[in-house]
Amino acid sequence: MATLVGGITTSHVPAIGRAIARNLQADPYFKPFFDGFPPVHDWLAAVKPDVAVVLYNDHGLNFFLDKMPTFAVGAAPEYRNADEGWGIPVLPPFPGEQALSWHLIESLIGEDFDLTTCQEMLVDHAFTLPMALLWPGSDAWPVKVVPVCINTVQFPLPSARRCWQLGQAIGRAIQSWDADKRVVVVGTGGLSHQLDGERAGFINKDFDLKFMDSLISDPTWATKYSITDLVELTGTQGVELLMWLATRGALGDKVRQVHRNYHIPISNTAAGTLALECR
Amino acid sequence: MNASVGRREIPGTTLFDGAQARKGYALNKMCFSFNDAANREAFKADEAAYCAKFGLNDAQRAAIEARNVLQLIAAGGNVYYLAKFAGIFGLDVQDLGAQQTGMSKDQFKAKLLAAGRN
Repeated sequence: MATLVGGITTSHVPAIGRAIARNLQADPYFKPFFDGFPPVHDWLAAVKPDVAVVLYNDHGLNFFLDKMPTFAVGAAPEYRNADEGWGIPVLPPFPGEQALSWHLIESLIGEDFDLTTCQEMLVDHAFTLPMALLWPGSDAWPVKVVPVCINTVQFPLPSARRCWQLGQAIGRAIQSWDADKRVVVVGTGGLSHQLDGERAGFINKDFDLKFMDSLISDPTWATKYSITDLVELTGTQGVELLMWLATRGALGDKVRQVHRNYHIPISNTAAGTLALECR
Repeated sequence: MNASVGRREIPGTTLFDGAQARKGYALNKMCFSFNDAANREAFKADEAAYCAKFGLNDAQRAAIEARNVLQLIAAGGNVYYLAKFAGIFGLDVQDLGAQQTGMSKDQFKAKLLAAGRN
């Protein structure tokens, strides 16, 4: 059976892509964020995943309002990035792990999750930037991927409780995959930020720190909040913590914190990174 | 059960719900088209014709013409698609934030830095 090694959650702000393209990792503005990654790279080098299941939210590259799935799972042989309209460089294609895609689809639908399945799927910055942060500077990605997209564009969004349950089901699916492979779950987005409205620029450090703590000591803590609560507490885009919650849900009862980092701001965002190992 | 599931107002915040998604469909569809560089050029070449092609209503057309983010949101725009419109002018989300909060970009950046010091 496959081995679930752990999970990594991190922000996916487009400015990170600009910084990578311009080699600004050591720039004083960006350094506090990029400094969160070397310990994560060391851990990845030690646990050697073959596959990354990446939980992210599309921002209008693959999905538009004509068809907006709540949960979509990629089942493509390859996933391409493309122009999103505001000019960050397009990253090389990602090889898909189709065997795990279909095992996930069978397993999740078997557990009553009504998914959309995608044999063609563009992946946007929310997918590509965390990959570039976790495996920097490689010409070819060292892992195969399965993208899982959660709708955070059009309300109603799936609840925190439902995203937690989705994560749990993803964890069970990975652990029942009949393959001698090592799998890491990656969740992208957050933490608190708001791009739109008179409340643009809203950040909630206290909540973010409590949320990061909760993922280790009391992982279902955030499931008590409604989506409206989460928007109020973390901003309209802060609800991307749903991907963190789902990732944690996949990892089982007990985790060991490998590393964490939290920095305000990258662009408009409180940028966080958390790496957790399954115990 | 969730502690609170009812709809309520959050000041300075518009949830992009079904009502907004219906109202803003044409506007967001136009902005979604700006993923394609050729479409960005077509918009720049003849803005009125490009808006007409997508069937924008008067409020949406006026908000596009004014480059006004709050008006675009009021007309049903979603910030993820509006960001692609802003990209045509080389504007980033901090430019949008500054405009929406009535600050200069430097003031807006200072507000974000201050949030990290609290």
